[in-house]
Amino acid sequence: MAMRFKSVADVTERLAAVDYLADANIAGVIYLADRLEKPVLIEGPAGVGKTELAKAVALITDSRLIRLQCYEGLDEGKAIYEWNYKKQLLRIQADREHERDWETVESDIFSEQFLLERPLLEAIRSEEPVVLLIDEVDRVEVETEALLLEVLSDFQVSIPELGTVTGKQRPIVMLTSNNTRELSEALKRRCLFLHIDYPDLDREREIVRVRVPEIDDALAEQVSQVVRSIRALDIKKAPSISETIDWARTLLYLGHTQIDPQVITDTLHVLLKYQSDIMKARKEIGVDSPLPIGPKRS
Amino acid sequence: MAFNSAKVFNVMSRNTFEMPPGVVTTGNLLDVLQGFVHELRAAGLPVSMTENLDAMRAVEYISMEDRESFKAVLAATLVKHHQHWPAFETVFEVYFARWSPGVDGDEGSESSNDDREAPEGGGAGKQPGGGGGGEGVSNEDLAKMLMQALMKSDDEMLRNIAAMAVSRFAGMEPGRPVGGTYYLYRTLRQLDLDGVAEKMMSNAREERDAPDDSLADRLASDDHKIKIKKFKEMVEEEIRRRLIADRGVEAMARTLRKPLPEDVEFMHASREEMLQLQRAIEPLTRALAARLAQRRKRRRRGQLDFRKTVRHSLSYGGVPLEPKFRNPRPSKPEIMVIADISGSVASFARFTLQFVYAMAGQFSKVRSWVFIDGIDEVTRFFEESDEITEAVQRVNSEADVIWVDGHSDYGHAFEIFAQRHMREITKKTTVIILGDARNNYHATQATVLKEIRERSRKLFWLNPEPRGYWNTGDSVVGDYGIYCDGVFECRNLRQLETFVSSSFEV
Repeated sequence: MAMRFKSVADVTERLAAVDYLADANIAGVIYLADRLEKPVLIEGPAGVGKTELAKAVALITDSRLIRLQCYEGLDEGKAIYEWNYKKQLLRIQADREHERDWETVESDIFSEQFLLERPLLEAIRSEEPVVLLIDEVDRVEVETEALLLEVLSDFQVSIPELGTVTGKQRPIVMLTSNNTRELSEALKRRCLFLHIDYPDLDREREIVRVRVPEIDDALAEQVSQVVRSIRALDIKKAPSISETIDWARTLLYLGHTQIDPQVITDTLHVLLKYQSDIMKARKEIGVDSPLPIGPKRS
Repeated sequence: MAFNSAKVFNVMSRNTFEMPPGVVTTGNLLDVLQGFVHELRAAGLPVSMTENLDAMRAVEYISMEDRESFKAVLAATLVKHHQHWPAFETVFEVYFARWSPGVDGDEGSESSNDDREAPEGGGAGKQPGGGGGGEGVSNEDLAKMLMQALMKSDDEMLRNIAAMAVSRFAGMEPGRPVGGTYYLYRTLRQLDLDGVAEKMMSNAREERDAPDDSLADRLASDDHKIKIKKFKEMVEEEIRRRLIADRGVEAMARTLRKPLPEDVEFMHASREEMLQLQRAIEPLTRALAARLAQRRKRRRRGQLDFRKTVRHSLSYGGVPLEPKFRNPRPSKPEIMVIADISGSVASFARFTLQFVYAMAGQFSKVRSWVFIDGIDEVTRFFEESDEITEAVQRVNSEADVIWVDGHSDYGHAFEIFAQRHMREITKKTTVIILGDARNNYHATQATVLKEIRERSRKLFWLNPEPRGYWNTGDSVVGDYGIYCDGVFECRNLRQLETFVSSSFEV
């Protein structure tokens, strides 16, 4: 059993020390992943800090981050290992003069020095502590997913010519998914599941304050309130945390100390990326918003 | 079922009276956990053996006192689909209600006394202290306290107020066979949360310097909405806790059991379930579209790419071991949807249209018609507005679908469709008809379908009724079915998804 963290609170504190503010959900699952030695599958909308979390965890555990970026068409050769056939070919040709039997040649060319290590094998054979991040796992085909299963459950890789390579230590493994397709049950069963959603008001305000230290409290509060109200609208793409931070920075550069509808309207394009969303937000809380009606109005 | 978790639960509750809340021996906890997992499965969540074992190991490491983390950890091991989270949450709240914040040993017995003494909510309005919970506090004071607690987001205070309000207003009686929603309604009616919201608003306005600030108003009102929603949940939780004490865990879980979003029947969905469906559609179609796109790409290889093959052969010493092919570019199909939107099947039609249009990128063209006894093409609505939901609303309000009396007449609708559009159907077109085929005993005109099938690539019929009801009464789905390439029962999202991913060759 790995013991990288003492308690859930320990996870929260250490993450906070590297400017990653985790909620109870995130901290609890990371703690458990360490104790149960299980991979974590992280799902959630784009830009809520899924990849950031892996980086932060690597940082606080003094581990190297090994990252496998997934894409359509990713195969064994790119994910686990590959034989360097060009070098093998050279070797065979160089050997041509000496008459050698096939067995010798074979054992020769299928040896360590002709092996190209790809991220997964690299993570397994690493001597130092690592955090393995398999990013956007939903992009690979269902068939390729099967390649990952052996790694995820036993942390080992079978290479026919060399035998099974087993990990020297159990790293923390994190997979992220943007949920563009349903992952297989087999994969999900092997992982702990963590859904990260947009943060609540308090957490987002803290994030803004940590990431944009020059901001004053009142503005940070207003920023997170406005973003929350925009997320509540029925829009195509809600602002992510990174967009909130960008917006806060933009406001500072422009010298605004307070937010009013005009300011929102002028800077909405930092938060929203679709024209229809921008129009909608303008209408709801920007300059085009209707004058409020209500009691006690002078 | 031999295992009785209610009994175990009672034993456990007794234990917790002697111990501070949150401290439970592992043995008991594992028993509760088994009942919990059992209930999750009964609610439709796929919990495998491994996941169950993981959960059992997980609870060893995390104390119940840190409730949020405890819940997160259980969810991480047991729930692998985000859309199952609400179902998980309900079951969790029932099974672990004992350890929820604000509960301590003696409060339980006190509140059950309150239940019996509580007078009818309506009459209790004006008498101070007559309500049992929180003696000496008038209803006005309660409202004031509530407002202060809400403004300050004082969770502990809010929880107390929720408990008081439930004792006072809900009029709960042990053994009375009514659901939690009834009590919830009674409590909330007396609390007048709308009025509270309004007062909070005017308070907020007085507090700041510039009263005429539309943005501040808007932000404040959003903020209040969230706070009030949270308070409502606390009231709900309080009621649930008392009902559990009265009826036992298992019975309570059974009453609260709701279908998962993918199992909600289109024809009988409540308003809340409709919203759930609405939210479930988007991610589902995205996933499905990705799958279809992949399948299309892989189904056929393109032509041999000579250049690429030769270049690649160099690495094998000039032997073309691996032939390389061009990427195929198969044509995308054209879709025609013809949907019955008469009362009983309207919501089904709406969801399916929304579903199809959300996947429009996978088809070269999507056209749609809606009918009752007249038929109208509604493609234009979807082309004009970039929000699908908006388009669907316009279909409902603007489409011209009444010919005589507004009772479904499939025969007439099909006939008009044939006259106007038959020539536009080609071998690239897939036609999908949506409806229950309840034809009010009109002529079926099934031969139109025969012609459509001959001209089109495929003709499918999706019926939202359970299979057992087909061809009973005025349903004539069988008459039409013989001319279709397939007739499918399509009562919920799960079936709709299965249809698209399996039967639907792109």
